[in-house]
Amino acid sequence: MGLIDNYLLSLILFTPALGALVLVFLPSEPRSLHRWGALLISLIPLALTVYLWFQFDRSLPGFQFEESAIWYEAIQSSYHLGVDGLSLTMVLLTTLLTPLSILASFSIQDRVKPYMVLFLFLETGMLGVFLALDLLIFFVFYEVGLVPMFFLINQWGSEYGERTLFGGVKVQARTYASFKFMIYTMGASLGLLLAIQLIGVTAGTYDLVRLVEIWPSLTVIEQVPLALPVSTIKSIAFWAFVVAFALKVPVWPFHTWLPDAHTEAPTAGSMILAGVLLKLGGYGFLRLVLPLYPTESYQFAGALAFLAVMAIIFGAFGAFGQKDFKRLVAYSSINHMGFVVLGIAAAAFAAGSPQIDPLDANIALNGAVLQMFNHGLSAAGMFFLVGVIYERTHTRNLEDYGGLFPLIPAYGGILIFTAMASLGLPGLNGFISEFLVVRGAWAIFPVFTAVAMLGLLFTGAYVLKGIKHVLQGPLNEKWVGHLSEINTREIFVIAPLMVLMLQLGVWPAWLLDVINGAMTALFQMNALF
Amino acid sequence: MAPETLVWLIPVPPLLAFFLIVLFTNRSKWLSHTIAVLAALLSFAGSMWVFVQALQNEHLGESPIESIINWLPLGESWFQIGVLIDPLSAVTLFFVAWTVLMIFIYSVGYHNFGQPQGDHDVPGLPPHGASVVDEQGHKHRVLSIEPLYSRFFAFISLFAFGMYLLVVSNNLLTMFVGWEIMGLCSYLLIGFWFAKPSARAAAIKAFMTTRIGDVFMLLGIAFLYSATGTLNFRDILYNENVLLVLGETPSGFLGLSVAGLIGLLLFIGTVGKSAQFPLHVWLPDAMEGPTPVSAMIHAATMVSAGVYAILRMFPLITADFHGHEFTPLMIIIGTIGAFTALFASTIAVAQNDIKRVLAYSTISQLGYMVAAVGIGAYVAAAFHLVTHAFFKALLFLSSGSVIHGMEHGVLHTDNHHLDPQNMFNMGGLRKKMPVTFWTFLIGGFSLAGFPLVTAGFWSKDEILTDAFLHAPLVFWTLAGAALLTAFYTMRQITLTFLGEPRTPEAEHAHETPWTMILPLVVLSVFAIGFGWVGVPGGFPVLGHRLPEWFQEFVGETLLVAPELPAFNWIPLLASILVSIGGLSLGWLLYRNVKAGQSDPLQNALGSLYRVLQNKYYFDEIYQFLFVKPSIWISDVLVSEIIDRGIIDGFLHFLAYISGVIGNFFRNAIDNPVINGIGDFVGETTKRIGFAMRVIQTGKIQQYMVISLVIIFGALVYFISSVGLP
Repeated sequence: MGLIDNYLLSLILFTPALGALVLVFLPSEPRSLHRWGALLISLIPLALTVYLWFQFDRSLPGFQFEESAIWYEAIQSSYHLGVDGLSLTMVLLTTLLTPLSILASFSIQDRVKPYMVLFLFLETGMLGVFLALDLLIFFVFYEVGLVPMFFLINQWGSEYGERTLFGGVKVQARTYASFKFMIYTMGASLGLLLAIQLIGVTAGTYDLVRLVEIWPSLTVIEQVPLALPVSTIKSIAFWAFVVAFALKVPVWPFHTWLPDAHTEAPTAGSMILAGVLLKLGGYGFLRLVLPLYPTESYQFAGALAFLAVMAIIFGAFGAFGQKDFKRLVAYSSINHMGFVVLGIAAAAFAAGSPQIDPLDANIALNGAVLQMFNHGLSAAGMFFLVGVIYERTHTRNLEDYGGLFPLIPAYGGILIFTAMASLGLPGLNGFISEFLVVRGAWAIFPVFTAVAMLGLLFTGAYVLKGIKHVLQGPLNEKWVGHLSEINTREIFVIAPLMVLMLQLGVWPAWLLDVINGAMTALFQMNALF
Repeated sequence: MAPETLVWLIPVPPLLAFFLIVLFTNRSKWLSHTIAVLAALLSFAGSMWVFVQALQNEHLGESPIESIINWLPLGESWFQIGVLIDPLSAVTLFFVAWTVLMIFIYSVGYHNFGQPQGDHDVPGLPPHGASVVDEQGHKHRVLSIEPLYSRFFAFISLFAFGMYLLVVSNNLLTMFVGWEIMGLCSYLLIGFWFAKPSARAAAIKAFMTTRIGDVFMLLGIAFLYSATGTLNFRDILYNENVLLVLGETPSGFLGLSVAGLIGLLLFIGTVGKSAQFPLHVWLPDAMEGPTPVSAMIHAATMVSAGVYAILRMFPLITADFHGHEFTPLMIIIGTIGAFTALFASTIAVAQNDIKRVLAYSTISQLGYMVAAVGIGAYVAAAFHLVTHAFFKALLFLSSGSVIHGMEHGVLHTDNHHLDPQNMFNMGGLRKKMPVTFWTFLIGGFSLAGFPLVTAGFWSKDEILTDAFLHAPLVFWTLAGAALLTAFYTMRQITLTFLGEPRTPEAEHAHETPWTMILPLVVLSVFAIGFGWVGVPGGFPVLGHRLPEWFQEFVGETLLVAPELPAFNWIPLLASILVSIGGLSLGWLLYRNVKAGQSDPLQNALGSLYRVLQNKYYFDEIYQFLFVKPSIWISDVLVSEIIDRGIIDGFLHFLAYISGVIGNFFRNAIDNPVINGIGDFVGETTKRIGFAMRVIQTGKIQQYMVISLVIIFGALVYFISSVGLP
């Protein structure tokens, strides 16, 4: 196993891409070859990640399974990979959701080969972000992931719908959504790229482990542009990072790409978008923003917490106001990811306040990371279930359903279960992470936390609204005889998610322990005193 | 087995039953209810065994049955959970186990097990009856089995799990888990007949209203956890130092101490769960669910959970109370409780639906308990919690039996427009349903506090005595409420059972099967007998002849056992007077109501009757103040104005500006200048080429001629410039 152990992370990272290359050279027909091929390929990283999970020593701080090779010598950038408890959790989420999404995509009939190839490339892109320990490599993967997703939305997105632009121009909804997603994210990462260049040039390295040691305490920058004070430079770079990641999470008011992209994407695309791509934002905050900018994070934590609370409340109101089932679920992501940012902001503030018990910050961070994982499960599940009903009815309008419970009892039960996990019902996974965030943030930002409860209240309102229109009430007679029950393949997609939602709600220690180790180390490193 | 281990296992059987039914046995109705009842029986047996163990422990308060395990790793330490049986949870476990088991058995009969499938029954609607042909060839309409029979047993099993979990928890967090699981089940069960829009609306209303309380409670839990570093009941509530610090630290909010503010947040959770004013509106609508659900939610379990929670938190609530002046938090709790008790009983007076009257009486009785907590009467509140659970479960199940009997009559006459729950359609059921009559009478008299015999008398009297001695205003409010309670109870009994049948349906009502009768009889025993275990020592004649066991046992729960109020004649006489007076008044006013006659109270109260009947228009007010604005904010403000209008508008504007700039570059620079130069070069070249084309004819002869001409010309030039040699 020596060879595998030494290059385990590279194997996990590149298996999907290599598999995709193999698929490229296979004939386009039969389509089942590509479906099963992609599924099998995506199961390899999952198996390797499970192996990694058991090999990972949770008692050690810092990174494990590190690999390093010079990549671009002239600018001191190296191919440096490594995992700690945070990245391990995210890698597990990614490698778990990808096979499920591919299985969910078996109903795609159109251009199966390029679809599956793009999907596998997407997985490599996402994994690269979580595994990279070099800023430039991080950025490369961060951008690489966008391209497959753009085409997935643009080519396989929903065929109906139009959006009106400024000046009355009408464009197809999936075109609109894919461009909005692409341009918005690219625009924000422009600042990120510049800030990364600034750091790299100033510090003479892109290696994250070294940068975390050098950069925060750096007080003199040699080649200062425009003769600005160092603190200003750092603030600008800080905000460039924050905006890029805030947009990805997304934090209010950078969130409007999300309902469009999620709604127009194909089902599996939405599962990955909500399940993993949003986590890149949260991960960026934890991996880069907090360690690189402890002072600025502390300084601006209040503002970030404010935006997080706005996301929680407006996300919930926004979801409650939708008539489109998929849009409703999309808005719920804004609401749930707000808790991630709230936890992070609280910890950032605590890092600069010696009078606050470090345990509070630790709890908030544990909650934030666990919430990322939990939201990955429940949001992917919800989008999948929306996809299931959409494939059968070809409508997403809540008003068009009505009283479907007797026709599809198994689907109904699964929907209620998943919706309750999304709602944060105690006993299921979402509750524990939300409680931890609230508990941690209460000691640090009591007012923000109290106001965020309004969002939690309306979480209930929109979840029940969805169930009400789909399952309850008088039966809409037009579906009688036209609606088939959820099939075996679909149950295989949702069942692992449901098992995990329940398991994590009852006994989350196996996951939380890994997260806790990483977050304790992160906070200790981050504390300003 | 060690008692601790057994306590862990008590909640498990119903949970297993839930999963078994949902995943495997839902097609078999028989197997589903067998599993559910068996699970309830196992939990019941475990609870009774633990209860007996608890009774044998003389110092249960000091050394309760407790077991702790690590649950969540947080920082360097663990968050721990566990189980705890102290006197309070022991008595709660006792009444929960009994009522839950009885309700499970009752449900078998209530959902018409053994009856045929309905002719036109659909899942999600109540069964409408089936036609059968007997041996003589006569066609009959009979009751039909509930289409979602198995699902019902799955849901109530999960519900029972939630309640058991709540009772055996040793910490606020797992208690909250049980609390919320019950909330989900109440949503699912109130909306059990989900195809009815009214049931669907009631389910959502119940969930959302209680969730208001729950989010405050969650904050309270977070606050308590960060203030003390633990959520374990014993570590906080049985610890003098912690309570002292919490009680003395000001919170900076409304003059409350930290203990006061945490207590207030937790109390708001109770206000939601136990349907106290102003969050009482969900409970009457919850009557949309099947009757065993009403008994589960409105008597045995969920609403009791709210009061159980503040009883649990009693040491925290009274942390800065030193026995003289009520703290601000206690005043709030006492006021809300007493007000709710009176307020709800006035509404109950004007309701005609047999279950709605009971719903309002539940709100009112819970108000008694809350008020008792507010004035520091810990034991009295706990006592009333237990007796009320028994007699109210009995009343709900009896009313379900009445409705069941009436539905029998409805099937006989085939008049489906008749409301089988309206008491004015009943009358004279005493002769048709004798057992139900007697059990309803026992439950009703216990609710009305009929002196000496009933359990309700002893617990209510204890609250009144305590209130009389410490908070006279609360006493008079509660006494007024007690008078109304006795009045509307007798109104209910008289309209339903006494006199002559007012409709043909009531004429053909029928006694219910044994599965429904048995629970009624068992609960009747407790509705009378449970009062006799808590007779105050100072009570004339009976004191010290009957045990004062309850007070001594439950009082042990607290670090300092509470002082019991001294006996006083005034509250006792008042208690007897309002009870007997209210009952007589109800009988006198309603004994002669004829078919089609309006409510005699309507004439007496005039327009006030309309206000009461419409529940003081609270639903309408809330609709206007909260529901409609929320919908507007969501639909219009957030979705349309902010997101689509302002934010997307700004983005689209940016895109538009980019487009304009792009177009400018294209139209003003690219097209005319760069393209222009490029085009010019190309065009010119093309033109030259075009012009040259005339000589490119491809004819050799022509080229030869041209060559000759050029050569000749060059020759001429050369000769002329150089000169001939």
